[in-house]
Amino acid sequence: MILLIILMLPLAGFLVLGGGFRSIPKRVGAVIGTNTILGAFLLSIALFYFHQHLSPSMHQPKGSFVFSLFEWIQAGNLRIPFEFIVDPLTLLMLLVVTGVGYLIHLYSVGYMNDDPGFNRFFAYMNLFVFFMLLLVTAGSFPIMFIGWEGVGLCSYLLIGFWFRNQEYNNAAKKAFIMNRIGDLGFLVGMFLIYTTFGSLSFLPVFAKAGAMPAGTPVLTAITLLLFVGAVGKSAQIPLYTWLPDAMAGPTPVSALIHAATMVTAGVYMVARSGALYALAPFTLTVIAVTGIATALFAAVIALFQNDIKKILAYSTISQLGYMFAALGAGGFTGAVFHLTTHAFFKALLFLGAGSVIHAMGGEQDIRRMGGLRKKMPITAFTFLAGTLALAGLPPLSGFFSKDEILLALFGRSPLMWGFAAAGALLSALYMFRMLFLAFFGRFRGTDEQDHHLHESPGVMTFPLVILALAAVAGGLLNLPGWTGTEGKLAGFLDPVFSVFTSSSVTHHLSPSTEWILMGVTLAAIVAMIAIAWRRYGRGEEEPATEVTPGALRRLAEEKFRIDELYDRVVIRLLLWLSRFLHDTIDRRGIDRAVNGAGAAVVRAGNTFRFIQTGNVGFYMFIMILGILAILVTNILL
Amino acid sequence: MLTILLILFPLALSLIIFFTKEKRAARAGALAGALVELGIAVTAFIRFRYVCRCELLASADWFSEMGISLKFGMDGIGLLLVLLTTVLTPVILFSASREKGERPPAFYALVLLMESALVGVFTSFDGLIFYVFWELALIPAWFICALWGGDDRIRITFKFFLYTFTGSLLMLAALVWVYVRTPAPHSFDFQWMYAAALSPREQAWVFAAFFVAFAVKIPVFPFHTWQPDTYATAPPSGSMLLAGIMLKMGVFGMIRWMLPICPDAVRLFTPWAMGLAVTGIVYGSVIAIRQDDLKRLIAWSSIAHVGLITAGVFALNIQALQGSVIQMVSHGINITGLFLAVMFIEHRTGTRSIAQLGGIARQAPRLAFLFMLMVLGSIALPLTNGFVGEFLLLIGLWEYSTVAAAVAGLTVIFSAVYMLWMYQRTMLGDAVPATENFADLSWREASLFIPLAVLVLWIGVAPGMFLDISVQDAVQVLNYLK
Amino acid sequence: MSTLTTIPIEQYLIFCSALFCIGVIGVLIKRNALVILMSIELMINSINLLLAAFSAYSGDPAGQIFVFFIMVVAAAEVAIGLSIVVLIYRTTHSIDIDVLNKLKW
Repeated sequence: MILLIILMLPLAGFLVLGGGFRSIPKRVGAVIGTNTILGAFLLSIALFYFHQHLSPSMHQPKGSFVFSLFEWIQAGNLRIPFEFIVDPLTLLMLLVVTGVGYLIHLYSVGYMNDDPGFNRFFAYMNLFVFFMLLLVTAGSFPIMFIGWEGVGLCSYLLIGFWFRNQEYNNAAKKAFIMNRIGDLGFLVGMFLIYTTFGSLSFLPVFAKAGAMPAGTPVLTAITLLLFVGAVGKSAQIPLYTWLPDAMAGPTPVSALIHAATMVTAGVYMVARSGALYALAPFTLTVIAVTGIATALFAAVIALFQNDIKKILAYSTISQLGYMFAALGAGGFTGAVFHLTTHAFFKALLFLGAGSVIHAMGGEQDIRRMGGLRKKMPITAFTFLAGTLALAGLPPLSGFFSKDEILLALFGRSPLMWGFAAAGALLSALYMFRMLFLAFFGRFRGTDEQDHHLHESPGVMTFPLVILALAAVAGGLLNLPGWTGTEGKLAGFLDPVFSVFTSSSVTHHLSPSTEWILMGVTLAAIVAMIAIAWRRYGRGEEEPATEVTPGALRRLAEEKFRIDELYDRVVIRLLLWLSRFLHDTIDRRGIDRAVNGAGAAVVRAGNTFRFIQTGNVGFYMFIMILGILAILVTNILL
Repeated sequence: MLTILLILFPLALSLIIFFTKEKRAARAGALAGALVELGIAVTAFIRFRYVCRCELLASADWFSEMGISLKFGMDGIGLLLVLLTTVLTPVILFSASREKGERPPAFYALVLLMESALVGVFTSFDGLIFYVFWELALIPAWFICALWGGDDRIRITFKFFLYTFTGSLLMLAALVWVYVRTPAPHSFDFQWMYAAALSPREQAWVFAAFFVAFAVKIPVFPFHTWQPDTYATAPPSGSMLLAGIMLKMGVFGMIRWMLPICPDAVRLFTPWAMGLAVTGIVYGSVIAIRQDDLKRLIAWSSIAHVGLITAGVFALNIQALQGSVIQMVSHGINITGLFLAVMFIEHRTGTRSIAQLGGIARQAPRLAFLFMLMVLGSIALPLTNGFVGEFLLLIGLWEYSTVAAAVAGLTVIFSAVYMLWMYQRTMLGDAVPATENFADLSWREASLFIPLAVLVLWIGVAPGMFLDISVQDAVQVLNYLK
Repeated sequence: MSTLTTIPIEQYLIFCSALFCIGVIGVLIKRNALVILMSIELMINSINLLLAAFSAYSGDPAGQIFVFFIMVVAAAEVAIGLSIVVLIYRTTHSIDIDVLNKLKW
């Protein structure tokens, strides 16, 4: 009931703002746009308490509520009702999406203030929140798919928000199509689920799956297909190239969609379907490997980028890789924990970047920034908080969440831990590089930009501060065992995950091992920060010579030319195929045959008409021949 | 009774309008008539759903010695298609009044005649009458395309006419053969034809004849080459009529006449038919990507979509069949909407070439929004009508063959590719010389889209109402195949 | 009757066939419309003779009755044919059938 209102609020916001976007004045639009999300957030909190205090008898087993609205699609044995699930995982996602979403909306009031498409922006943002909420509250795969594709649509609309620029439109289109490629995997996975389990709703499917032995080929196939969907949505290798391009959209969009919520949909989906994944160890390995590979790969690229948003984009890809790695290692709670903390600090970082870009009058190249902390203290300080969190320094949230992931990985395989840890080091390096180049040292931009520099208005700094607090204190959500307090988040999510994690997918390490690993990584990270400080913190220009050889650096700078590879292999091939099919097969092949039939008839007619010579004698001759022929055949047959 | 009224009313009105001299009166009369027709159809729908599921049969003898009777009725599937026809015809007529130059009364008369013929096809329960109305629909189509079409219209319309006519003759031959084989006394009545005793070899030939006839109409690869030219040359109303409704005759014919009459042959030849249909999906989608003419692009996309619908018919399970039915309706709506948007674009800029267009969204946000809605329905975004059909079709296909479904699923990706690219190049970006003075849609013009937009969302969010209507008859059809 | 039957039927056959063939050849080769009509008459008469001969030899009068029919029809046909020839002559001033070649491709 409350849930429906939560969902309907942003939808209503979209409809109102969308319908009257020309006529509604900005202030009203801002109020509507932001307060729908605020309302949703407050209601989510209410739902949270409601859920906690409800007597156990009213829950279905494992503390989850399922209710359905009406039959959506029905044909034969296939029944897809509009159903929703409310359990701890949902509640967590609800709070994150609406909470962080609200702050970003608030920020956008300031950021998009000068934009003529103000109302349209909030309309799209509200629609996005609606679909995202639908995604996380869905009680069955198809309903989740509605939200899944819906957020893809909104992503398209928002990336291409400034639609007069065809480059931005290309980026939006690329995002949507890559998402769609993943969506096909999701769809096929759904089909397989239906033919295997006879239902598409979560609880029945998970229950039936629990009865199957681990490693069943069908389960592996299903989970792999669903993971393909996640790869597309959450920008893992090989479907990640859309995310850096997606930075073409306004920065709040990047914060909301491409850092905190949409891209985490893949992680959520895997976590939600944990019952299936826990029984498919092969897929889990694939997920872990993909995650780690992505994490490392993206981190390397991030190190060589100079656009502030691109660095953050690759960082997001990298962090998502960590989340998937955690999932692959069986650390479901860790993955979700990192999802939450990442939402906090990544949104914070993006919004901070937005403030910087705003203040710099549109400049995004960090090489032309510097010393910004003097003119933008709040932004700088919150940005520092976010950076520290991402790098994984205690006692910030990122430390706890990342550490949990690393520990889970180590339990799975020390090699994996090694790669992941390397990625973590790189994360620290590139983040602090960015921080130092942008906020420390002396200013390297134009004088005009220097004059323009100012701190952002309150409506923009307030969310930054809140998010910074969250980024700092978020660790409290799930402190590890050695601090003496039980991980609250783990306990909260336990009803959801314990169903399948009891099948010993998680590994437990001895406390001493934990301490050693933590210590080692911590020391290395501090070392990285020190290196970054030495190289970039003094405010010098980027040194001309680098440690890595020139060719490799150039390759990394150009993102390893993956985009170009895709263009060559996929896009050009497709265009060629289109032309080939059309011109050669259709025009010259099939159409020739069809037109040829007609032409043949005409030609035959042209030949046969010469029988009509007009000569009566000739006609009589033919007539007599004909009669003779009939007589002869009559006699013969 | 209602059924007969549905057929005769537009027919009579068509004759009246044909002889009207006054253009405005003709136009108003046609529009009013189409709306009345819609009212009758909705009444039939309400009665069907809420009162009784009777088939609204009405029959009269015609040549009882020959076994030809005038038997009409609407079962679930027929009702849905009749609804589609009666909803789209007013939209088409209203849009025709916006086309370049005033249309003479004959035009409106022809559209109404076509409506009558189409309703006749969907409601005939007698084989020969089915054929009569099938051919009857071709006549106004010919005139509309040949008289008011674009470049090279005579040649292209002729090709379209001869091609489909050849197919129809094959169908006639098949119908007559089955008639001869019905239990004595011979009859064209559908129940008699279903009961005809056909040997497997006979079934194969009958199936082949039927299949070619319907395949040309739909069109299914490789019988499709008439379609892009015809859709591109036809006037906007013509394209909407052809693509929106007329091609559904082919699918309907398959479901109503082909499947129950030659079930063994269907089962035998399904792999081939499915192969052709699925090939058409990929083929059409890939070619659509590179098209420059807007109408041609939509035509090729239509080939892809109806390929999926046809594949669903041959998957022989309830999900796929229901998917086909609902997707027929959805496709009709979406493609009419697309052609409508293209009509406005061509009207205002004088060109259909994507290369010469761009930046329309800036000046015409209403058109941009409505066009986008139709595009989204076309690419099957969940909560639009296209998704319901596509999901059912794909899942039904999957139950038949995972490979077929996986290949057909590529349409999910490709449709996004060509549609979004087309939208981006025509609507987004900066204005170009051709679109500098693009006026946005007036409220009257935008209102043409409203019934379509409503249906896109209605069928997308609450398809149960429509699926319920056809489900029992779909199950019946499948029973014949046991 | 017996005198008629003294001549063997084969001679009638051959004779009439020969007459018929001469008539056919005349129709095909000649260009003069009147000669063609006369050749047609020749064909008809040969058939009449053969019919009468068979009738006599088999004693069935039906053949001879049929001859009467044929003669009537032949007369009518000749009348029409000749009037057509006259009309053609009036317009083209020739009775050469090769002149009538307008109804061609």
